Amino acid sequence: MILYNLNHLRILESEAIYVIRETAAQFERPALLFSGGKDSIVMVHLARKAFFPARIPFPLVHIDTGHNFPETITFRDKLVSEIGATLLVGSVQDSINKGRAVEEKGINASRNMLQTVTFLDTIEENKFDACLGGARRDEEKARAKERFFSHRDEFGQWDPKNQRPELWNLMNGKKNIGEHFRVFPLSNWTEMDVWQYIAMEGLDLPTIYFAHDRDCVQRDGQILSASEHLNLRPEEKIERMHVRYRTVGDMTCTGAVLSPASTLSDIIHEIAASRTTERGTRTDDKRSETAMEDRKKQGYF
Amino acid sequence: MDIRDLDNYHNMELLRFTTAGSVDDGKSTLIGRLLYDSKSIFEDQLEAVERTSKLKGFEHVDLALLTDGLKAEREQGITIDVAYRYFATPKRKFIIADTPGHIQYTRNMVTGASTANLALILVDARKGILEQTNRHSFIASLLQIPHIIVCINKMDLVDYSQEVFDRTVSEYKKLSSRLDVKDVHFIPISALKGDNVVDKSEKMPWYQGSTLMYLLENIHISSDENHIDCRFPVQYVIRPQATEFHDFRGYAGRIASGVFKPGDTVKILPSGFTSRIKSILPLHALNITDTIEEAFSPMSVTMTLDTDVDISRGDMIVRENNNPTVSQDIDMMICWMSEKPMMANGKYAVKHTSKDARCIIKEIRYKVDINSLHRLENDKNIGMNDIARIQIRTTLPLFFDSYRKNRITGSIILIDEATNETVGAGMII
Repeated sequence: MILYNLNHLRILESEAIYVIRETAAQFERPALLFSGGKDSIVMVHLARKAFFPARIPFPLVHIDTGHNFPETITFRDKLVSEIGATLLVGSVQDSINKGRAVEEKGINASRNMLQTVTFLDTIEENKFDACLGGARRDEEKARAKERFFSHRDEFGQWDPKNQRPELWNLMNGKKNIGEHFRVFPLSNWTEMDVWQYIAMEGLDLPTIYFAHDRDCVQRDGQILSASEHLNLRPEEKIERMHVRYRTVGDMTCTGAVLSPASTLSDIIHEIAASRTTERGTRTDDKRSETAMEDRKKQGYF
Repeated sequence: MDIRDLDNYHNMELLRFTTAGSVDDGKSTLIGRLLYDSKSIFEDQLEAVERTSKLKGFEHVDLALLTDGLKAEREQGITIDVAYRYFATPKRKFIIADTPGHIQYTRNMVTGASTANLALILVDARKGILEQTNRHSFIASLLQIPHIIVCINKMDLVDYSQEVFDRTVSEYKKLSSRLDVKDVHFIPISALKGDNVVDKSEKMPWYQGSTLMYLLENIHISSDENHIDCRFPVQYVIRPQATEFHDFRGYAGRIASGVFKPGDTVKILPSGFTSRIKSILPLHALNITDTIEEAFSPMSVTMTLDTDVDISRGDMIVRENNNPTVSQDIDMMICWMSEKPMMANGKYAVKHTSKDARCIIKEIRYKVDINSLHRLENDKNIGMNDIARIQIRTTLPLFFDSYRKNRITGSIILIDEATNETVGAGMII
């Protein structure tokens, strides 16, 4: 007898593509959230496969805090032009200028929380009814409770105690006017799966994921990139370090790791030996034990 | 073997399992141990849990804090929702759907069980088979989870007694003879001390079987998928608006069951037209000429056909001589998931494969007492967490198989048309 077997990466890929197609079929105006990070790069690749040989039938949306790594923006623009996708940019600076958001003060000021305002405004302006994101359940404990199809009320809020049960492969995207969904096709992927998939598919990544020399500041156990957006304490010194990033968020709240890993295979080895999670490099998650749940309830990614 | 070796990683299988049991059964301890021993708990996670355990004044590290992610869960010390956990060994990647075992959470157990290949059922060796063991086993049987591992836990507290183990096994066999379960394994373990979890216990030389981890890594799952009955629900029609692919019409979807090959004569439901598969685009390459020779479940693919036929989402591509049932009258077991009771003669929206329809509840036949497994013929009040046998009539014919034969084409959900909530999980008889 012939054995019909798929390895686990192909099963996860098929599952994610199923969810992406289901989103395109069930919603009128979906959008794919694109941050320039590895998970959203995998999402774009999967979306291309899902509709090939047609183009991705929805726009990519980037919420630009103005504090992005320049390498990410360069990568984003190149990718978008290569695949012929439509890119919409929601700007946090615009939200601040319009008085919709107020810049945080103090030494650890970040625009992370402000993104939620811009994001929800962008959803409303464009009447998006489903936003595909690359969040994974293994990232963070509040995310472990997410559904593939996650309902948001008319204020963009998440009600984690009262979620729809999700059975078999039957996704319920029914909603009332003004409500929307967040959709997470990579729910069942782990950080390792993402890296292995990137290696298997030979995907390009922004250069900051690989080891490079950078001017950095050490603060509260984190290595932050020196930049015009980072306010320094008097005693803090800028040092040249050999680092790479495990996740890519804002320059002000994403920590680098000391690393010599300059190839995908190096990175995979490094992660396999790593004893901390990737969210450990994010100061935005460390503000309190329920920082992610609190932000998600308000409408964060 | 090394998990970091890419070739090896490409040969890993995926096993989804569900765990059922209450905190007292040592479920969290067991999951914690599987995660810990497979190095899937990271230092920052462990530190956070240790910190919280200390603040709460616990004597030992409470690994349940790892899975209970929501504020409300940690405040109340209970698991409210299904928590998904991931770990991997060089052989397999595992997805655990960890569900609370308490009676009112039948709906969560059903949810976790719906995608599982295996159920891990925990029994406290001191207490033997309890009502909740009946409940968990019944749900595993109802949801047709192909494999069950019964872990008889806390063997350290019964002096690793073979007699206790044997008695519990025969008690369980009495229970399972009334259920529809195929592949059941029994393991005496101590999750706390680690006996027979990853390493073989030295305390129980009388036990000749495998450890839990060995079984999880080696249990035969490749024949769990149905590779006989060809069912391809069309999920999305791909028509590129580009001159290069002017005449291209691709039917996208995930194969529910069976094996499809280019050249196969297929029938399209509901139209009944026949055609032949021209090509199957795999997802391995973004290249239109790179087609594959066969496609099987659970692959997501895009098919093209020889002839132009009218096909849209909700249609199903099948083989000519092996058809699903096509009907508007459908008998099913249903698990009710809403606080609003089922309305006799009520109307609901339904989702089945890629098809949307509406239905009316025609008849409530009986309710099942999931603790005693008795049929309650006179109780027609179906509330939250109840399981019942009902008949519905749908607005459109559905193309279905019995759930026993096909978990994809045999499953259906009911949706409240006012709130849009998923209120019922149906298994077609």
